[in-house]
Amino acid sequence: MRSRGIAVFGALLLMGTPALAATPSPNRQEALRHMVRQDCGSCHGMTLKGGLGSSLLPQALDGIPAESLTDIILNGIPGTPMPPWAALLSADEAAWIANELKKGLAP
Amino acid sequence: MTRTGVTALAASMLLGACAAGPEIRGTGDLGVVIERATGSVKLVEHSHDTVLGEVGELGDLSHAAIVFSRDERFAYVFGRDGGLTKLDLLTQKLAGRVMQAGNSIGGAISADGRLVAVANYEPGGIRVFDAETLAPVADIPTGSKVVGLEDAPGNRFVFSLYDKGEIWLADLSEPASPQITKFTGIGRQPYDALVTPDGRYYIAGLFGEDGLAMLDLWRPEAGIRRVLVGYGRGETALPVFKMPHLESWAVADGHAFIPAVGRHEVLVIDLATWTEAGRIPVEGQPVFVMARPDGRQLWVNFALPDNGVVQVIDVPSLKVVHRLEPGPGVLHLEFTPRGERVWLSVRDADQIKVYDTATFSLLATLPAEKPSGIFFTARAHRIGL
Repeated sequence: MRSRGIAVFGALLLMGTPALAATPSPNRQEALRHMVRQDCGSCHGMTLKGGLGSSLLPQALDGIPAESLTDIILNGIPGTPMPPWAALLSADEAAWIANELKKGLAP
Repeated sequence: MTRTGVTALAASMLLGACAAGPEIRGTGDLGVVIERATGSVKLVEHSHDTVLGEVGELGDLSHAAIVFSRDERFAYVFGRDGGLTKLDLLTQKLAGRVMQAGNSIGGAISADGRLVAVANYEPGGIRVFDAETLAPVADIPTGSKVVGLEDAPGNRFVFSLYDKGEIWLADLSEPASPQITKFTGIGRQPYDALVTPDGRYYIAGLFGEDGLAMLDLWRPEAGIRRVLVGYGRGETALPVFKMPHLESWAVADGHAFIPAVGRHEVLVIDLATWTEAGRIPVEGQPVFVMARPDGRQLWVNFALPDNGVVQVIDVPSLKVVHRLEPGPGVLHLEFTPRGERVWLSVRDADQIKVYDTATFSLLATLPAEKPSGIFFTARAHRIGL
């Protein structure tokens, strides 16, 4: 039992891409979606089309790599109101949000 | 009574109801609660703490704000998507709606009640409309996102330019030809502003630096005065997860109270000297610091991650005297006109909670979809609201 479990885990590790391995749980995804719409939405608009902050719609983020977005989410943009969210979000969660934003965050 | 009699009575009651139109009632105890996620508003009354109705299809209401007509019958709803909606509180129907810009942040109504102005991010500027018909009256482009649009005595509007660091004073005595006075170099990134309840001072909060920019509307020729410059000097500010709001200038006991940006503090300003008179440590980063109408208490809500907490400050002692946990996501609060009660919107619980401000006991809980701003009609008769 134990060895089989380890084997399966190892196989998953080999198969899974880093992004997949770090995907937040469904419950956490729901909470993150809510946070993006409601709290990021304070500045970026609840429909994410922008406000005091810039638009976060896929077409506006086109050309910005997900890694850069992840970095902005975690570390903010000094000199602007965009704060570093590292105290409230893990790196994996920020990466997940960045990828979702580029795809178009599901309502 | 015979069956015919009953039928006739019922018929006459129906007729009577039709002829009378909306119920005859005053509007001084009415209010509107923004339901931001659904683009709807709840119409409420605070004499008995009840919901009277709901009106929908108002567009994107994230960060929506409201001003009222001077007869307290109509609400002007400023939507994020540039929609300006005139809402009849008595018939609970739309009395007008225009899409006047692409991206908006709030508005104001003129002293004479005839003009409604909207602050726009895109295209940057303010647009002014006839309060009766919503017909366009004036367009004032600024080339910058506009924040902190406030009304001032003399049919003037005052607003700040986020991208340019300017304050503009627009005199609309002649509505079609506004006279603009521009104040430049007021400080970096003004994020919101307010007018004191007497209509004398306009104060813009600065995000890009520690301090405030103040304009004396009795003596605009004196220019901008910087207040509390460098209040956080030498200290590292915390990340600001939500911009503070300055809609309601909390003035009490010779002091004004404002949220510190990036700090767990409420700043106290001595209004005689416009210097810092102290700081009140609070639990999180304050978003709204609202004075009860009598000025005896301040109620404070907070940015993430402390947005489930509200603290009450006693003004004479400048100390926190009470702490409430109304629920997750407390976004806004509004006092009844005399301040014996306060309504809180608890976004993530889909509730409005009503508290007694003397005993802090919970008096009522009302349902609302993701409520944000709460606006009572008593604002109609206050300068700067």
